[in-house]
Amino acid sequence: MTMLGRTANQLYWMARYIERAENMARLIDVANRMVLLDVPGQAHESVWGSTLEVAGYPEDFVTFGGQISSSGVVLFLAFDDGFPSSIFSSIRAARENARALRVSITSEMWESINTTWLELRDYDSRTLFNGGVRDFCDWVKERTHSFRGVTDATMLRDESYAFLDMGLAVERADNTARLLDSKYHVLLPRDEHVGGSVDYYQWGAVLRSLSAFRAYHKVYSDVIQPRRVAELLLLRGDMPRSLMACFDRITSQLESLCQGRPQECQRIAGEIHASLRFGRIDDIFRQGLHEFLTRFIARNADLSAQIEHDFMMLQRSRIPA
Amino acid sequence: MTRFFDEMNLPDGEVRSAYRALAEWLENTPVDRLKSKRDEAEMLFRRLGITFLVYGREGGAERLIPFDIVPRIFSAQEWEQLSAGLIQRVRALNMFVHDIYHEREIIRAGVLPAETLLANALIEPHMHGLDVPRDVYVHVAGIDIVRVSEDRFYVLEDNLRSPSGVSYMLENRNTMMRLFPDLFSSVDVQAVEHYPQELLRNLRATAPPGVDDPTVVVLTPGSYNSAYFEHAFLADQMGVELVEGQDLTVRDGQVLMRTIEGLVRVDVIYRRINDEFMDPLVFRPDSTLGVPGLLSVCRSGRVTLANAFGTGFADDKSIYPFVPEVIRFYLSEEPILENVETYVLRKPDDLAYTLENLADLVVKEVHGSGGYGMLVGPMSTAEEREAYRARILDCPENFIAQPTLALSHCPTFVDEGIAPRHVDLRPYVLSGETVSVVPCGLTRVALTEGSLVVNSSQGGGTKDTWVLEA
Repeated sequence: MTMLGRTANQLYWMARYIERAENMARLIDVANRMVLLDVPGQAHESVWGSTLEVAGYPEDFVTFGGQISSSGVVLFLAFDDGFPSSIFSSIRAARENARALRVSITSEMWESINTTWLELRDYDSRTLFNGGVRDFCDWVKERTHSFRGVTDATMLRDESYAFLDMGLAVERADNTARLLDSKYHVLLPRDEHVGGSVDYYQWGAVLRSLSAFRAYHKVYSDVIQPRRVAELLLLRGDMPRSLMACFDRITSQLESLCQGRPQECQRIAGEIHASLRFGRIDDIFRQGLHEFLTRFIARNADLSAQIEHDFMMLQRSRIPA
Repeated sequence: MTRFFDEMNLPDGEVRSAYRALAEWLENTPVDRLKSKRDEAEMLFRRLGITFLVYGREGGAERLIPFDIVPRIFSAQEWEQLSAGLIQRVRALNMFVHDIYHEREIIRAGVLPAETLLANALIEPHMHGLDVPRDVYVHVAGIDIVRVSEDRFYVLEDNLRSPSGVSYMLENRNTMMRLFPDLFSSVDVQAVEHYPQELLRNLRATAPPGVDDPTVVVLTPGSYNSAYFEHAFLADQMGVELVEGQDLTVRDGQVLMRTIEGLVRVDVIYRRINDEFMDPLVFRPDSTLGVPGLLSVCRSGRVTLANAFGTGFADDKSIYPFVPEVIRFYLSEEPILENVETYVLRKPDDLAYTLENLADLVVKEVHGSGGYGMLVGPMSTAEEREAYRARILDCPENFIAQPTLALSHCPTFVDEGIAPRHVDLRPYVLSGETVSVVPCGLTRVALTEGSLVVNSSQGGGTKDTWVLEA
């Protein structure tokens, strides 16, 4: 049986929203740790300021009267139902899509996301102020891991799965690129103190937020250096949250979807994939990491729009719930 | 005081044979266990997301319909009588719809006054003279039944447009089997799980002529519709696509759906959208739920709609009083199921009688549904009756009245323990290859003591309905 374009779109966005919720939890968790560690030379305000920046929120954070406070930002990023990328909004949107997709996903997947939503809705956000940030972030990660586990264990490997997997990979690549770009801003312009303690904590935080801290040490057995962090998270296919790993997934799913019918999105994905696969970290740094990441984020967004165009045949503008 | 028919106990207190195993089980099951099972049932429904949306509340709140864990039971003999009556009624109604859109013999014969149709806005002019596959108009009918005594079943209402609730019937059974496997091992209950397969078989049987492997779809208004869960459930169980209007398009005289591989032809549309929203070119131009041009494809016979356009006139409350005559006219049989005596307030005599006896009658709007806007005389206050009297006098032809029925009651698990509560029944009758009914129905129960209103929008719940093996 073939699949409706609209269904493909909802699957794709459901996966993106779930991934987005997890990334937000990672972001909060890392910022929270840095604040607790009292890293030398790092004002709390700048930690939360750069967190908001990665989260895609304008620099002038005014919602809480211009005051950047830990609890204010955490509450905003986690629970604000007017901020479309908050964990609350993302889970709600994923669950709304899942509700519409009951026929296309397994009942285990629906139960997983529905339970997550019901628990989140009833979550007492006051616990965040009593040292509960970490528990909350762990809970979000656990729920999103559980959703992916259930997806992996119960879903037929058909087109539905391909759209879910691409949604996840596109969102994840976007997040990794943004996170790197923001830290790059903070750290590299002066290009000094490489290996210093500020770098150590900053880049350590980046690695941790992408579950790559241990992997870094395993791969490089060396102190943390920005260039290597970048290499690990951009070019290494064996690092699950790297751009390369995301594009391995995207290109292989597109290959199965486009059999016999070449599509523009496949060409774009292939081009990006090739730049990661054959790119050298030294060249990237020579051109400028920031330029590379900015271009990547834009190309990734192009790809997403092209996927929607090629497969989803949307007629009226439809805002995914 | 009215004596209500008790479905479990005989007047002398003895338990009817169909309920014996259940009564014994209830006796041996501690109240605590029933309570925990009820909570478990609620948790299951919530987790599965079996909810309906209540309109008019903030954000269309999702709610659960309360589920009662005590099943309602029919013996095989009782069901035989009921199902024969249901099949008879739906056969006749299908023939009636066909006749009205063709020769109108029933009017020529003087059985149905022509003016009942003239005033009926639900007659669809585009259907005149049009033939539909196998002459089936009403593929799915929901016939609302109440019981008042041992062998008297009344039809309260025919639902011939797009009756809902069948997913509750199926999920209720599913939940009961999960909660009480022990009970099912001691009672032989007829299976109901094949309903979606029966529905699919009948839908396929009414595909346009010449199509051998028809593509069937379920058409929903979308995920914000109150019955969306049911639409998705049925599509899933039948293994067909669940589409919205925006997924379909009319091109070259065919209905096509937009898929990831391009456009694919659709042959049978089981639609859960009302007529007026189906085709903005013909009906409401502001509808974004339907498919522009759909009616023209229907008229050329290249797609089947289930139910067909224009069946609504036949379940209108102004037609209802004539259904027994409809059965006699087309089938030359006596109706097996009775109609409730109905006063049509368009008639001066009926109007006078009704106004005099408001406190004893139930008054309904002709085009109303869902228990909204009705007056239950015995439960009403004097002020409510006065207000309602004014509404009736304002436009009498908008109302009918019926005696307050002594709805049967069934044992129900409520806060005080097991207590009798009033019930009705909606069985689902399928037409296509044949006319048939799966041995079950949706039992709705008025959970408030003494209440006769079973609608879920008015605080009613549901029960599993068992038909025993012979």
